[in-house]
Parts: sequence; C-alpha cells; structure tokens
Amino acid sequence: MAQHQNTSIFSADLVGPAIRDSFTKLDPRRLIRNPVMFTTATVALLATVLLMRSIASGGDIAFEAQIVFWLWLTVLFGNFAEALAEGRGKAQAASLRSTKAELKGKRVKGDTVKVVPASELRAGDIVLVETGDQIPADGEVVEGVASVNEAAITGESAPVIRESGGDRSAVTAGTRVISDWIKVRVTAEPGEGFLDRMISLVEGASRAKTPNEVALTVLLTGLTLIFLIAVGTLPTFAAYAGGSISVPILVALFVALIPTTISALLSAIGIAGMDRLIRFNVLAKSGRAVEAAGDIDTLLLDKTGTITLGDRQATDFLPLSDVGEGELIEAARLASLGDETPEGRSIVELAGAGGTAPSGKEMVAFTAQTRVSGIDIGERKIRKGAVDAILKLHDFDAAAVRQIRSLTERIARAGGTPLAVADGTRLLGAIALKDIVKAGIKERFAELRRMGIRTVMITGDNPLTAAAISAETGVDDFLAEATPEDKLELIRKEQSGGKLVAMCGDGTNDAPTLAQSDVGVAMNTGTQAAREAGNMVDLDNNPTKLIEIVGIGKQLLMTRGALTTFSISNDVAKYFAILPAIFVALYPGLDALNVMGLSSPQSAILSAIIFNAVIIPLLVPLALRGVTYRPQSASRQLVRNLGIYGLGGLIVPFVGIKLIDVVVSGLGLA
Amino acid sequence: MEHVFIVALIVGGTALLSLPLGAWMKLAMDPASDRMTRWTSLFARICGTTEEQGWKRYLVTMLIFNAIMFTVTFLILALQQVLPLNPDGMGPHDPTLVFNTAASFTTNTNLQHYSGEASMSYFSQLAGLMWLQFVSAATGIAALAALARGLAGRATLGNFLIDLQRASFLVLLPLALVVAVLMVLLGIPMTLQGSAVATTLEGVTQTIARGPVAAFLTIKQLGTNGGGFFGPNATHPLENPSFWTNGLAMIAIMLIPMACVWMFGGILGRMKHATVIFSVMAVFILIKIAGSVAFESAPTSAFAELPVSTETGNLEGKELRFGATGGPLWAVLTTSTSNGSVGAMHDSLNPLTGLMPMAGMWLNATFGGVGVGMINMFLYIVVAVFVAGMMVGRTPEYLGHRIEAKEVRLAVLALFFHAILILGGTALFAATSLGQATVQDPGAHGFSEILYEFSSAAANNGSGFEGLGDGTGPWNIATGIVMLLGRFLPIILPLAIVGSLMSKRRAAESAGTLGVEDATFGTMLAITVVIFGALTFLPAAALGPLAEHFSLP
Repeated sequence: MAQHQNTSIFSADLVGPAIRDSFTKLDPRRLIRNPVMFTTATVALLATVLLMRSIASGGDIAFEAQIVFWLWLTVLFGNFAEALAEGRGKAQAASLRSTKAELKGKRVKGDTVKVVPASELRAGDIVLVETGDQIPADGEVVEGVASVNEAAITGESAPVIRESGGDRSAVTAGTRVISDWIKVRVTAEPGEGFLDRMISLVEGASRAKTPNEVALTVLLTGLTLIFLIAVGTLPTFAAYAGGSISVPILVALFVALIPTTISALLSAIGIAGMDRLIRFNVLAKSGRAVEAAGDIDTLLLDKTGTITLGDRQATDFLPLSDVGEGELIEAARLASLGDETPEGRSIVELAGAGGTAPSGKEMVAFTAQTRVSGIDIGERKIRKGAVDAILKLHDFDAAAVRQIRSLTERIARAGGTPLAVADGTRLLGAIALKDIVKAGIKERFAELRRMGIRTVMITGDNPLTAAAISAETGVDDFLAEATPEDKLELIRKEQSGGKLVAMCGDGTNDAPTLAQSDVGVAMNTGTQAAREAGNMVDLDNNPTKLIEIVGIGKQLLMTRGALTTFSISNDVAKYFAILPAIFVALYPGLDALNVMGLSSPQSAILSAIIFNAVIIPLLVPLALRGVTYRPQSASRQLVRNLGIYGLGGLIVPFVGIKLIDVVVSGLGLA
Repeated sequence: MEHVFIVALIVGGTALLSLPLGAWMKLAMDPASDRMTRWTSLFARICGTTEEQGWKRYLVTMLIFNAIMFTVTFLILALQQVLPLNPDGMGPHDPTLVFNTAASFTTNTNLQHYSGEASMSYFSQLAGLMWLQFVSAATGIAALAALARGLAGRATLGNFLIDLQRASFLVLLPLALVVAVLMVLLGIPMTLQGSAVATTLEGVTQTIARGPVAAFLTIKQLGTNGGGFFGPNATHPLENPSFWTNGLAMIAIMLIPMACVWMFGGILGRMKHATVIFSVMAVFILIKIAGSVAFESAPTSAFAELPVSTETGNLEGKELRFGATGGPLWAVLTTSTSNGSVGAMHDSLNPLTGLMPMAGMWLNATFGGVGVGMINMFLYIVVAVFVAGMMVGRTPEYLGHRIEAKEVRLAVLALFFHAILILGGTALFAATSLGQATVQDPGAHGFSEILYEFSSAAANNGSGFEGLGDGTGPWNIATGIVMLLGRFLPIILPLAIVGSLMSKRRAAESAGTLGVEDATFGTMLAITVVIFGALTFLPAAALGPLAEHFSLP
C-alpha cells in the first residue's frame, strides 16, 4: 500500500476512470442513494424534455439548452467527485486482488502435504509455510518461528517475527515468510479473511452510510422539500401578478437553491475520510468507527510504547540488607528465563552470564493476570514480578516486607518500576526498571486537553511509579497495577458517565476491553482475537496513532459541517441573482434587488446555475483532503469554521456569479 | 430621540420584568420536590391523577383536552342566541365562522373574522373565548415545561393536567388580576351591562358598545392571544384609551414570552444558555423595531399628491394619540410574539414596514407565543446544533443529547410544515378567485394581504393585515385548518424529538463538545433562523412588500 501513498488527487490515471464512472453513475438506482442529486437529475431530465418541445415548437432554444447543459453537468460533477474518491481505493483493491489470486497453500493432512489454491482452504486446516512462500490464509501460528515480510499489507518492508503462542501468533494472508518455516492453523473461511475485508473496505463497496451521514442527508432532503415549496408556489404568485415564469427558469432557481454542493460532495467526503485512515495505515472496519473516533472523550493509553519509549530496561539490583547482591542477581536471572517480555530479557542481560538452569526445572511464564514469572527447580520456587503480586505469594517476614517496601518506594519515586524477587519464603530484593518518556508527548497531552479529551495512562506499574510518570508526562489520570478486569471496569465506568472511550491493545486478554470500548484499535501484530474484537486495526503497530485517529475522525465531520455551511450560505447570493431576474418582468422596480448589477435576466440565471455547477469540482480537493484541522477547543473551532465557510459561503458566490456574468455576457451566451 | 426612549423603556423594561417572572414560572411550573408541594397536591386532587407521563401520554392528554375545549366552544358559539348573558340579543353565526373562531381561540391565535361588539354575546366572549384565552396560553406554557423537563434529563415529562393548572392558577390568573385592575384604574370598562345609550351634543342618539373589556383585553395581551373585545382591537378608545394603557399593553404583550425563555433555562439549570437564546431573540426583535420605525417615518405615498405636512411620518391608519412610532412598534411586538392584537392599521403601513410584522410571523420564534415561541426556537436550535456540531468535529450534541437522523427529520418536518401552510395557502388563494375576489387592493399590496392572512394563521398570530374580505366560507375553513395544524404540529413534533432524545444515552460535556452558552453559538443560531426561517419566504416577500416598495413613485 505504501507505493500508493503519494498519488496526487488529480493524477491522470485516476481522473480518466473517474470521468467514465461519472456517466455510469447516472444509473437511477445508484443516484437514488443521494436524494438531492437524484432530484437534480430528475429536474434536469424534465428540462431536457421541455427543451425537446421547444426545439419542436420554437422557443429560446439557445438559453434553454445552456440551462439543460449545466444542470446535467451539476449531476455529473457530483458523480465525478464520488468516483474520484473511490478511484484511489479501487487501484489499491486491484493490487490486493492480484495478490490474493495467486495464493496457494501447502495443506498438511497427517503426514501428507498437498498444494491447493487458497480458495480451497477452510477454517481449521493446517498449512505449512516455508521460506519464500506467501501465507495463503489468515491464521494462527501453531508451530515454528519465522520472520515474515508484511509489506503487502502494511507497506512496511522490515520483517517481523511470528511465532506460536503469545501475542505474536497471528499471520495474514498475502504476507511472505522470508526465513524459517511455520505451521499455520487457518482461522478464516475463504472470502472472509483480512485481505478480503481490506479489499472491500478500500474499494468502498461495502460502504454503508454512517449515522451522521444519514442525518445530514435527511437535513438536506428536508431543505430540498422546503425549497420545492418556495419555488413551486411561485407560478401562482406570478399568475396573481398577471405574469408567468417559464419552467426552465423555475428549474434553474430550484437547483440553485437546493444544497447541491454539499450533496454532490457528501459521499466523496466519507470515502476520503476512510481513505485518509487507510493511508495512515489504519484500517477501520466501518465508517461508523471513524465517526466515533471524532467523538472520543477519554483515551486509554498504554504507558509502554505510547507514553514511554518501547520497553523498560532493568537498571539496578537492590538486595535486602541480609542478602548478597550475587544471590539476588542469580535468582533474578533464573526467574526471568521464563519471561519472554522485553523487561524479562533486559533483566537477564543486566545479570550477565551465569549457569544455565539445572535439569528438573519448570518454567513459570509471565502472564498479565499473575504478573509474575519464575522457575521451579525441584522444591525451590524462585519468583520475580510486580511487588504486590510477589507479596501475595507468601506470608513473608515482616521486617523483610518493610525493607522491600522502602526499596520499592525509592524506585517508584524516581519514576522507575520496581520488581520484587523471592526465593521460596525468602524475599531477596528488588529490581529497578527504568522508563524513558517519549519526546513531545507532554505537548500532545496538553493539546488533547484543549480539545476536551481526557487521557488515562494504563500501566502495570504500582501507583507511585504511575504517579511519577503521569506527573512527568501530564496525563490526566492513570490506572496503576492494571489488570484486564480493571481496564474493563474503567471503560464501563467512563461509558456510564456518557463518555466515549478509545483504547488500543494487542493481546488476547485485551479482546474484551477492545470490544467494550467505543473505538478499539488492535495492533496488526496482535492476536487474532484482538484483531477481531477491535473496530480498527493499526498496520504499523503504533499505539501513539490513537491520537491522530481521533483527529482524522474529527476532520471528517468538520469537513462535512463546513461544506454544508458553505453550501447553504451560498443561497443568499443565488437569491439575489435569480429573484430580480425572474420578477423584473412582473415588477420593473424589483431590479433594485439586482445588487450585483448582472447584465441581463438570462445572464443572471445562467451565471447562478454555472456557479452552482463549477463550485463542485472546485471544492473536490477540499472534500478529499479535508478541512484544516487544528487541535483546539470546540468554541475556537466553531469560530474559525464559521468565519471561513459561513462568511466565505456568503461572499464567494457574489464575486463568483458576477465574474461568470461578465464572461457570459462578454461571450454573448445570454 | 423620543422614539429610542420609548422603545428602550418598553422593550428594556419588559426584559427586566421578565427575569423575576421567569424565576417564578420555573418555581411554579417545575417545583423542586419539596417546595410548592401543597399546590401540586391540590392540583392533583382536582384532576384526580398524579401519573408521571412519558411524551406520548403527555401529548395525548393535551390533545384530548384541547379537542374537548374546541368542541365546547364550538357549541357555545353556535348556540349563543339561546344561552344566557346576551343583553344585546346577539343572533346566530355562520357555521364556518363558528369553526374558524373556535379553532382560532383554541389555538391561541385569535384570528377574528367577526367584530366582537357587533356579534358576540357576553357569554360567548367570557365562557367561550376568554376561557380559551387562559387555557390555550396555559397549554403552551405546559408544553414548554414538559419539553424542558425532557431535555433536562428527567425520566418523565410530568403531568399535563397538573401543569395546566399550575400555568393557569399560579402564573396567568394572578398576573391577569394585577394587570386587569391596573387597566380598570386607567379607565377601561368592566361591566356586564349592555351597551350604553347616549345622546350626543348634536342631539343624535348613539349606542356605545361596552362590556367586560378589561378582563378580556388583559388576558388577550398576557397570553399572546390578541383577540380584541372590540373589532378594532387596541385601536378602539375603550380598549386602549391612553398612552399609559398603550404602554402597559405592550409590556403585557412581551412579558410572558420573554419570561418563558428564563423558565426554560431555569428548568434546564442552564441560565447562560437561556441568556444566549434571549439575546438572539432580542436582536431580531430590535432589528424589526428599528426597521419598522425607520420605514414608517417616511410619508405614505397615498398623501404624496395632497397638500399635507408629512414630516411626522406615515400617519395613515394610526391612532394619533400614539403617533407614527407607537403604531409600528406595536405591530412588531404583536407579531413577534404571536399575539396579534393590533394598535394600528397594518394595511396602511408603508410597504417595508409591513414586511417587518410578516417576518416576525415567518420566524415565529423571536420570543413567539407563550411557551410555543421557545418551542419553535428549539427547532432552530436542533438544526443549528446539528450543523455547528459537525463543524467542531463531533457527532452533534445538544446538552449531551445526540442529534441524529430522527431528530433532524422531525425538526425539518416542523419547519417544512410552517412553510407549506403559509406558502401553500397563499398559492391556493392567490391563484384562484377564492382570494382574488376578496382583496381590496390590486397588485402587490393585495398579494401582501393574502400572504399576511396565511402567515398570521400559520404562526397562530391572529392579527390581520386587513383590507381583505376574509369573512367568507373558504377563508374561514382554510385559515381554521391552517391554525389547527400550525398550532399542534409544532408542539407534537418537538415533543417527539424530546421523546427520542430521552431514550438515548446522554453524553458527557467537555471542552471538545459544542458550547451552547457563548456568543459564537448565538451567532450560529441567528444565522440558522435567517437561513431556514426567513430565506424560504424571500420570493413571496419580493412579490409582496418589496415589489410594492420598489414600485412606489
């Protein structure tokens, strides 16, 4: 996908197909999805029929033909905007599809291995993937370790490790094993895999209207109905004044007044919003999720990787007074052999070389629930882990507990994370782990606060450490010694207070919280369960992105709101162009309303309708790019957008229509 | 200078008076659980229920109550010739007029296609019409209280029958008593005796109509009813004898509609929000007043050829006691508030002055009718919040309530109905002899007469532009239907919106949510009112008042 990232909006290979699509989209079954554009097409058709009649019976054919031309162009411009927005997705989908078509898998049944097309693989099948093979279907690694190049999905060419067990077991169809081998249990039926979902997402095929889009469509349709009344009653009013208004002119007034601009751009804005997210390497499973991202009130951020740089490193061993440093170091090393987390490895590293674990050992792996790892050597149980978790293991000697508490407090005060080490019933001492806070993160949190978003740091650290780090980074709150249950509890509490919560996670134990949160971003490296539970997947595995995702969601809604405001404010100028043009024949005095000094009634009507049409393609870049988004409070946001798009929408058409009038009358078109 | 002083005194003074009244209305209509409970339990005993009603029950009770009131009044008016209190022996009415009048007073409109002193018995005036002037106003206040409760996040909307009594006995009746006594002291008749017979200086015998005028006119003003005891309404010397009654009446016209905004804010617990709404409404009313007073200071074209002094402005159709300022000022106040009593002949206003009252009725929310004006503004708020909410990058929320497709649909539907009732009705009557045969003036002015009549009916205003033979069957039936739809749809639809909002989880507010308590939101709201409320009517305005103005020599 990376190769498509810099395609410009108006590149030739996108514009060509988009123009073609503008015509195929005239199909009424597709137009009806957008009631305002459907109405425009209907009245354009009506005007066309009347033009035919005029040609047959004689009338002002040149003028009527121009109106018909611009009416159809209005519809086509709307189709073009949508087609252009879809274009980029289609190109991506095509390349993904070709990847998919070539996939073959080596299915393992008993001892036999048979090469079959990926489409024949069912959930539960085991496939063998060796060096150079593409992984044929989404699945879970059940055996082996391999480095996998996921560039086909993420655009990131640095390979990642995939191995059985733990949180890095998920593999995706279309990615390539570049060394070693793995056996994969297929988890997705054909056509339901990640690749398939991605294809339909980028293509916009499965795009359902989001709730806000539906509501806006209702507003625009309602406005169209109101203007239908306003324009539809005019002939009777004119009849009272002893005159009449021709239908093509009524049609022109009607189309100029109804909110064609925003309606034409509406679906393009939605598609472009999804597309921005995709190009940001985040896949949203629905447009609804993108909108929800803009509504987020509370961000739950994992400390590690989001607030602090990657992994904590062990920096010190602090033995109790009656324990030798060597004994602590050796015990810590042994207890950490079973801990494959980066912290565990850093302890082993800091401890340096030592004897290998004796035979008869049994490793106790680290889990998020126990927060303890260790080793059993015969009767000897060595454990290391979070201090409170260790202290719960046994009723340790009170003096030792006091000592360890003062040690851990010292570490925590310094913003480090303490771990405790115990050998059976004896406490040995503490290990200090140090976090490194990411540069610039404090400013980001301040930004979020101005936007009214509360940040909560989630950490397994004890409250003292958490407090020290949260003070250093400026998060609003923290959840220390967090278990998955605590997280779930916190999310529910926030939600019951009417807040929308976003979080990211990768492990299987994150799945319930990802599902509970309003926006759950799963890391692509995460487990299949996590990827299923979240409503977005981050292909880059960068939890900090949550902040940008919120911005993209807001930008989507702001673009919609800004263009709606612009579109509706345009009506003032259009009224002043068309009304005097229509009525001047009935009451010559009404020429006083012709404040723009348009050259003739026909030119005024034509200029308004031309402006109404050409403003659509002119706004396409804005619709696709989104309005400029700055993290600031809602009221400043409103002042800014109201100033630019409200006031702009009031003034621009006065200038635009006048300029078009000069050209139209100069060319003698009307 | 004198104009500015009078306007500032009347509008500013009423705004100040509305504050304590609004606080009292909040207390009376929505008592905190332990206060005012004696009243509540008394009212509950009277109506025999303490049921807490959801939006549907509340609405159904309200509609049934109004249907009964309509029927009873219909019968009273239809049978007035056989009923008591008819000292002047008023005869039976035309059935379409009975329908029109019953609809008119049930809907708080008080459009009058009759002259009270010439055709209504005292019983009809008091038991039928004045009674409805109280309960129709009380219905509006109750509806607003219910709306506010729903928005405030209460579980139910309260009880309509209890609310109705609270509004009648705790708000309208005490206020009406005070004002009516003042009116009597200022010289307005209050008697049940028949017309007085006097012999004039010229020796001619003259019958002078009188009656329980003070009571009638007080509630007509306070309840934004507007129906006069006499046909000429507040231009009649016995209905509005002096500068002081005129001033007091203008205060009474605006007082409760203004206080309703504070009551709304009080029940919501959001006085800052109420201040923003109040300010937006006040700006509109001041613009209309400034416009009408300025336009009316120009001489009327009718006198252009005559050798009369014109520097005092247009005095045609004015009460000379109140001058060229008092007339247009009253015209704006009475149409901004859905009142509809008249203090000058609107037909004689200069064309652009005449546009101001019409604009007031098209918007119908710049203070608007008792209770319902604020409810109408709520519709504009829903639309404004929806558009502004998107512009701050969130799913639009109003006071934590998410505004989604259903709410937008209902709000736009209500605005759509307002437009179709006015423009559709005008179209029908302007294009056919139904209307064409009844207008007094040709051209754009005649069009304004038709347009004004339907605007007045749809906005439940009740004032007439006049110059229109509107006592015909078609006019009676058409405006009767328009009044009923124009009254109840804008109550049903907003309550349905609130019902929908109440069923959803409420969102928390933060710096990221759209604030509804600052000037920015006020600006947004004002723009929405102009674009969704006024712009729809611009073509009609162009063919009426604007065409007339620009056609003047």
